[in-house]
Amino acid sequence: MTLPATSAEGSLRPDLAVISEWIEPGSRILDIGCGDGDLLDHLARTRHVRGYGLEIDPTKLSACVARGVNVIQADVDSGLTDFETDSFDYVVLTQTLQALARPDQALTEILRVGRRAIVTFPNFGHWRVRMQLLGGRMPKTAALPDQWYDSPNIHLCTVNDFEALCAARHWTCLHRSLLDNALRQGKRIRAWPNLFAEVALYLLEDEA
Amino acid sequence: MGATTPMTGPNASFPPDSVGLVTPERIKINSPLKLDCGRSLPEYELMIETYGRLNAARSNAVLICHALSGDHRAAGYHTVDQKKPGWWDNCIGPGKPIDTAKFFVVSLNNLGGCHGSTGPNTQNPESGKLWGPDFPLLTVRDWVRSQVALSDHLQISQWAAAIGGSLGGMQVLQWSIDFPERIRNACVIAAAPKLSAQNIAFNEIARQAIMSDPDFHGGHFYEHGVVPSRGLKLARMLGHITYLSDAAMRRRFGSELRLATPAFNFDAEFEVENYLRHQGQSFVDRFDANTYLLMTKALDYFDPAREFSDSLADALRRARAHFLVIAFSSDWRFSPERSREIVKALVQADRNVSYAEIDSQLGHDDFLMPIPEYHKVLSNYLDRIAVQCKATPS
Repeated sequence: MTLPATSAEGSLRPDLAVISEWIEPGSRILDIGCGDGDLLDHLARTRHVRGYGLEIDPTKLSACVARGVNVIQADVDSGLTDFETDSFDYVVLTQTLQALARPDQALTEILRVGRRAIVTFPNFGHWRVRMQLLGGRMPKTAALPDQWYDSPNIHLCTVNDFEALCAARHWTCLHRSLLDNALRQGKRIRAWPNLFAEVALYLLEDEA
Repeated sequence: MGATTPMTGPNASFPPDSVGLVTPERIKINSPLKLDCGRSLPEYELMIETYGRLNAARSNAVLICHALSGDHRAAGYHTVDQKKPGWWDNCIGPGKPIDTAKFFVVSLNNLGGCHGSTGPNTQNPESGKLWGPDFPLLTVRDWVRSQVALSDHLQISQWAAAIGGSLGGMQVLQWSIDFPERIRNACVIAAAPKLSAQNIAFNEIARQAIMSDPDFHGGHFYEHGVVPSRGLKLARMLGHITYLSDAAMRRRFGSELRLATPAFNFDAEFEVENYLRHQGQSFVDRFDANTYLLMTKALDYFDPAREFSDSLADALRRARAHFLVIAFSSDWRFSPERSREIVKALVQADRNVSYAEIDSQLGHDDFLMPIPEYHKVLSNYLDRIAVQCKATPS
């Protein structure tokens, strides 16, 4: 697939711009950890997408409400049980997978609620991460800026780990986009994805 | 309460964010109202107050629906030396979440109320006596129909928003289902889609307390020149416990004796006893026992899903409004779980809804408190509506 070199919308976060290309117009989506509602607002304006965001932070929630984005105060763990099976075309989880208590269970639940899931995470297999571990310290990168003791990221994984989980659970990968932090593709990433990708974006479907 | 006390005396003035002096109006509705119980009222009166100005397009009107013991006096003052402003003064006024600089706000005393609207303590034109227990029992749907008649009287074809907490939120929900074209936004606060067995149980004890008071006289106490004050007081004391969280009561009253040592009698020895007795007594002075019975029954009957095969989602598929649902973490009377039932049904019905669960301390009564997070989300929601009122006059 072709990726926009830069965000078409200017202010939209680049990874969200990539994601929005994957979403078919007129879809119904659930955006978990929707923040200020950028993605939902963008999709509503450009693709007639309807949907809801889940957000736990009250300030971000109020920001969504101010711009007319539907937002529900809930977290992934307790929030998804309230949704019917297959009630969304897409469920989006950006840059949060690694902070969940049980990413595998969350993904199962996401693929129950949504026909398709869009998941993004920082690749822990990147060479800079590996180098820092070789040096004997927990890695700190642009995507993972926290100290080991105060990091919310408790379940980090590599591209290969994630794809192994998908295979084991029979989740089909319909699209994969492996990018550097500037959201660019490159020859090196294509040749050695697990070494050079910094951000991984997946469009998944449950085979079952 | 966050509202400040006005200055009194010759230079009396009100805080700049107060609606100031308010004059209630008595609205007479001359068209008959058919009630769910099968009876009908040929005509009736509703006490209302309005704050702010209706715009030329008549598109900026906001309806306030009150809870169990509320009335039309939601904001401002009736006299310059009145100490306490209206019951929701911290939320209604210029610059407040329900901004009277932007909206024309209408607040009413519901039918069956006891503060001027037609109800048990007003005259039955047929008998010439006070209605008392002969006043028909009402449902939330009846209230909504009477509010529609009020809207017609005020020539408001569509409310920019209807807003209510607790029983008020239930009226808003019913509005959205029964008159979908007549409200653009529904703010349902600290409410539930129907009462639980526990909720009904509390109401039943309150009613039994009133009805077993020897001064109740089957509801005809007016003729005997008495009020069932013991029963009404008990009912309010019981209700008050359900409005507060365990933590809030503990923080406020502890379980300390008021004196150094126990007196070994049944006087109000603990602070909480003193508080409840005071709350109960002051309620007796301002509320009618028959109205209390009627209001609790309306709560018990509330179940908008009933006529949709118990599917709230099916009921809400009729709605056209955008919804803002708000619940409070410490509320156990209508807990956040109950609000989430509403949200779940709205999502199933593919309606526009936002839901905020406010971190709170006090309990059910938090919907009346100026909690910053709560008022922020409400203002953000309503400010957007205000902009739309300007952009697209109805």
